[in-house]
Amino acid sequence: MHSQIPHLRNKQDGATQDEAPLVIVDKINGALRLMAVDARALALGLTPGLALADARARVPAIDVVALDAVADDACVERIADLCDRWTPLVALDPPHGLLLDISGCAHLFGGEESLLNDIGRRFAHGGLNLRMAIAGTPDAARALARFGRGGIVPPGGEARAVGPLPVAALGIASDIVHGLSRAGLKTIAALAERPTIPLAARFGDDLLARLRRVLGREDIRITPRRPPPACMAERHFAEPIARTSDIEATLTRLMMQIADLLHKRGEGGRYFEASFFRSDGQVTRIAVETGRPVRDPKVVLRLYREKLEALDDPLDPGFGFDLIRFTVPVAEPLDEAQVSLDGRINEESDVADLIDRLVARFGRDRVQRFIARDTHDPHRTAFAVPVTYESGKGTATTLNWPAPEPYEPPLRPLQLFDPPQPVETTAEAPDGPPRRFQWRRSWHEIALAEGPERIAPEWWRRESGTPTRDYYRVEDVNGRRFWLFRAGPYRNPPAKTLWYLHGLFA
Amino acid sequence: MTHTALPALRRSLARLEREGPARARDVFSLGLPEVDQTLGGGLSRGALHEVYALGGPDVAAATGFAIAMALRAAPVPATPGLAIPGPIVWARQDYVDMEAGRLHAPGLAELGLDPDRVIVVQAPDALGVLRAGAEALRCSALGAVLIEPWGETSAIDLVATRRLSLAAGDSGVPALMVRLAANPKPSAAATRWAVRSLPSQALEAGAPGLPAFAITLLRNRAGSAGHEWRVEWNRDERCFRNRQREQEPGRARPALPRPVGAVSANRPGARPDWPASALTDPALAEQTRWRDAG
Repeated sequence: MHSQIPHLRNKQDGATQDEAPLVIVDKINGALRLMAVDARALALGLTPGLALADARARVPAIDVVALDAVADDACVERIADLCDRWTPLVALDPPHGLLLDISGCAHLFGGEESLLNDIGRRFAHGGLNLRMAIAGTPDAARALARFGRGGIVPPGGEARAVGPLPVAALGIASDIVHGLSRAGLKTIAALAERPTIPLAARFGDDLLARLRRVLGREDIRITPRRPPPACMAERHFAEPIARTSDIEATLTRLMMQIADLLHKRGEGGRYFEASFFRSDGQVTRIAVETGRPVRDPKVVLRLYREKLEALDDPLDPGFGFDLIRFTVPVAEPLDEAQVSLDGRINEESDVADLIDRLVARFGRDRVQRFIARDTHDPHRTAFAVPVTYESGKGTATTLNWPAPEPYEPPLRPLQLFDPPQPVETTAEAPDGPPRRFQWRRSWHEIALAEGPERIAPEWWRRESGTPTRDYYRVEDVNGRRFWLFRAGPYRNPPAKTLWYLHGLFA
Repeated sequence: MTHTALPALRRSLARLEREGPARARDVFSLGLPEVDQTLGGGLSRGALHEVYALGGPDVAAATGFAIAMALRAAPVPATPGLAIPGPIVWARQDYVDMEAGRLHAPGLAELGLDPDRVIVVQAPDALGVLRAGAEALRCSALGAVLIEPWGETSAIDLVATRRLSLAAGDSGVPALMVRLAANPKPSAAATRWAVRSLPSQALEAGAPGLPAFAITLLRNRAGSAGHEWRVEWNRDERCFRNRQREQEPGRARPALPRPVGAVSANRPGARPDWPASALTDPALAEQTRWRDAG
């Protein structure tokens, strides 16, 4: 099925109540041309494609608004979100078109006819006029919605329905349209009668493939904007619900169904998504992620509770939700956990549950672990990655942490400043640490020092423009231990040597 | 109803009595006999312990001491593979990263903490840090939970600390709260420590030695408080040691207020250059902090 939204631009800019006809213009090849017009402008003979100067000459009093493609796209995305309530398979068909795969969905809404009515009624509330078509293939539906009158094509009736449409309805490039019309082939029916081999030789295979699809002889699936979930449960409400307890009860019931479905498949979800369809058309999606496959309803619902509590703007039911859907977009095989005699699996899963809860509350990027890297650059040697980061990509995770030398003091600081903090120094020796340095407005008298340890940047990394550094481990008279470095270069030393504090030792 | 309820209540009370002290007795030692004696055997495991950094630059010392405590609480077993110590959850406020630098994993390894054991939770504010800490403390599979907020905040009060210590008591996981740039306030912690860096025992050629701290027991629920010890952390033995001597003889340390080699570290508090009473008095503590930063 295809819905085309002819007057989208007019509507979203807010159809003004004054009498002047509204046109939307954009610059094409250096000239301002009408991109869309409202009904009044259309009645006055202003059509899309007309130059703005010509339009002004015909109708001097018009309201001109510049095209805002980004806002248009955002609006179409929102409409596509709303269309999720009829089918999970929705694809964008730019410009301003949507493709819905309604195989097996229409009967839920009382048949194709009443489905079309339902969609039309819902969008009419929002002030949108749609042109919709239902056909056996997406291409036929698109051709009928964009170039025909829309409507429902009975099974097998595609060839007759699209026959009278112009060849441009095939969605082909304009030079091919031009070439076909010069050959006298103006409609799809005329094209369909021709022998295929000369057509392919002259205009390419693509034309024939499109023709076959529009005529319903070949069917390709649409590519939905959101991949179809592994499993899904949903609940419609005749009367929208708004109370938190109702919403929670619904989530619990849906999660039980999902758990059953996952159990039958022998899988657990790694990613859960609850979609709340508000009766005024807004759709809120709330997702939780888990570190390992899960299907225990208690665990998932607990994550949801965490997530809902931590939301910046709480779930606003407005006038109520009339559809709540629970999907599992990502599922992985899950075997029943085997608890070993010492209960270790339990402990591991306890920690995994904790990590999931922390991730749900604080977000992926805020729960981190360290991975080692094979490098000397102190900035790069340790890397904090999100705890859910998949290991095994690259060799970084297989590295072990370098074991410290036995009975040596710590050679690397506990805390590292990023970027290093510049310090004031006095009484420098040419080859040694300074006697004193000032950091954060207090002076530190150096009592003990070790160094230099020269760390050169990795020349094979182009972005490392830092010069070679000489690091010193120093301790002041009060026992504070610092990691200082002097910034190079040493071949042509700068007039003033710059010292930085890079880290603090315990 | 009373016929069935009363015995049940008695049973549950008896169970509580059995469990309560048993859990409280589950202690870990710092490895120093004097300290353990003062603590009455050691630090209780399922409890909240606070570590205050005395001066601005002492943040690393306080953090280091807390790591050492966590390592003492969940020691690595002698035979590897027998039991892997539980992970350590480290809830940190974002501001700590800016003020004191972010955690450097090789530096953790240098103190004896395997960075693979650490799960860092970055929270935007003190409340978030407390929440993450409380959440983590419910999981008994952990080795320890470190909670590191920054500065004075009204979020950390008697109620919040009580909640944390109850959670720690239930799960038996030690909660270590590192307080940076903050003055001691009433709390439900079992012990409270003040930590500052101490000059280390120099190695050859005047190189800084093992991490050394002056630790002061400011508060102790199980016994007396106000003692100061001078300790150094030995990563290889995962153990605290008394710091042997004040300094190398013959090396000049002009700014050091103490006479050379005068104090035996075996006599805690014998000559504290930091009077214990000063630490409990906020005004004096503030003064000393300024002097320290000075």
